[in-house]
Amino acid sequence: MKNIGIILVRIALLLLLAGLFFGHLASETYQMTEAKNGVLGFLSLRPLHVSSAYLGIITAGLGFISIVIQKRKNTFLSKLLQYSHLALWVIALIGIFYSYFTGDFGGREYWEFNPIWAVPIFVSFIIFLIYYLYQLGFKEKWNVYQWMWLTGIIFFIFTFIENYLWLFPYFRSHFIADMTLQWKVNGSLVGAVNQIIYGVAFYLMEKISGDNKTSYQKLSFALYFLGLFNLMFNWGHHIYLLPTEKIIHYIAYAVSMTEWILFIRIFYKWNKQIKENKQHYYFFPYRFLMAADYWVIINLGMALLMSIPAINLYTHGTHITVAHAMGTTIGINTMIILAASFYFIKPTFLSKKTLKLNSLFFWSTQLILLTFLISLIGMGIQRALWQVGLKKSTFSQMTQASSLWTLLFIILGTLLMIFMGYFIIYLILKSLKKNQVT
Amino acid sequence: MNLNIFQQPRKVFIILFSFFFLFSLWIYAIPLFSNYQKPVKESKSIANGRLVWQKYNCHTCHQLYGLGGYLGPDLTNTYSRNKENETYLKGIIKSGVRQMPKFNLTDDETRELLAFLKDVDASGTADVNSYQPEINGTFSLKK
Repeated sequence: MKNIGIILVRIALLLLLAGLFFGHLASETYQMTEAKNGVLGFLSLRPLHVSSAYLGIITAGLGFISIVIQKRKNTFLSKLLQYSHLALWVIALIGIFYSYFTGDFGGREYWEFNPIWAVPIFVSFIIFLIYYLYQLGFKEKWNVYQWMWLTGIIFFIFTFIENYLWLFPYFRSHFIADMTLQWKVNGSLVGAVNQIIYGVAFYLMEKISGDNKTSYQKLSFALYFLGLFNLMFNWGHHIYLLPTEKIIHYIAYAVSMTEWILFIRIFYKWNKQIKENKQHYYFFPYRFLMAADYWVIINLGMALLMSIPAINLYTHGTHITVAHAMGTTIGINTMIILAASFYFIKPTFLSKKTLKLNSLFFWSTQLILLTFLISLIGMGIQRALWQVGLKKSTFSQMTQASSLWTLLFIILGTLLMIFMGYFIIYLILKSLKKNQVT
Repeated sequence: MNLNIFQQPRKVFIILFSFFFLFSLWIYAIPLFSNYQKPVKESKSIANGRLVWQKYNCHTCHQLYGLGGYLGPDLTNTYSRNKENETYLKGIIKSGVRQMPKFNLTDDETRELLAFLKDVDASGTADVNSYQPEINGTFSLKK
């Protein structure tokens, strides 16, 4: 049977590549002094960049799940469900890009395309849920990553419905309630996608270490429920400034602080982590998992601080938030996707020379990403100082004052596109050559 | 610490999801308990203005309460920023400025977008200087 999972992974890699390219074009707008219209205008480039990256991450997650669960059953119904899901997903992607290229907007931030294209996304997810449950069945005990995948799929569907409640004037005409709901959706959707991607990381670790007991342990489930609890209730930290019900802010503040448990646990397990890094370092797919682990530390640290309302007050609405978002999507999600892609497509290198070259590209990517995030934080600090009134200038003067940071951001963004693009193109070509997954 | 409860993931999942669902229902009901109920016509204009905001992708560059894009300034309180606010805003929309292109909005769209921005402005302030941090890590409006 043809492996549908790898087709999804290839589509995902192409989307991530497109995300990098559109991101590079969009970043150049920061240096322009005149407006551009059409597809090359910022109004089209930002949605193209964000949607390509976001949909790329989701597609990759679904692709890896498909690869893993496809082996369990091979019936007519399995095939029907898989092909239906793939067909609808591709229709949605074509529709979304058609929408962006023709300037047919109307949706909300991150989902700017004509809302009609939300229909095939929604139906394809329902089909994927049925496929997932059919493949796994209910007879055996599920391990933690199987629960994480189910959680991701269910919450994606639930929040995706909420994502379109604005179609009803009841919600739209109450601005504060509408914004509250919009950011409930954005927060929970990211959480749902993270459950899928982190589930993939758990699966990879199980296979690499050969230890399949951890995924059934009580502690693993306890940490999974902590993540789920945060997915459900911590989204309010996006809207501390919004004058919505105070209780939403307090719940978000309290729930977000439970993530200190994860942060402290990382340092508690530090020695074990280092030992594991040394043990598996030369297995190339592991390299990206290791990178994701370290990016988790940086981003979780940032997230914890930014979830404290008194700190959030000053970082909110600045590029510090963007640095956190980029750190999460590139540093964590994309590193896990690259780890899984290498694992399924090209787990080992036959020649030492190729390994050395790829190692060089790997470390260069990490360094560029770190400096890229620093440049965003630099831009963010400039804006934060302006927001509190420490710099008496107009908005335009403030952006000009941070032009050095902006230039750094554009240069490093371009380098990131080249280095990450190398890995992505390499994986696409290898997957086509081999035409099967390991 | 007793972690036995986590041996029953289905039960824990259902309990957590039930709380989440109830929390969601309460959020959907917030407009019902709002103190400020607007006249139907005004309410319709604001709801349509939100659609204009989306149709022209204003959030790509601008923020409301610090949420949105970063290329342009936050527009939460732009409606009341100067005396001739409506004329000024109409001018900016029609002619554009720096990276912002000019937009060809119809008269109805312009009116609805301004009604929306007026409503946003009346909902509160996004000026960081209007708030003060509290000792418990939260912040509140300055008195």
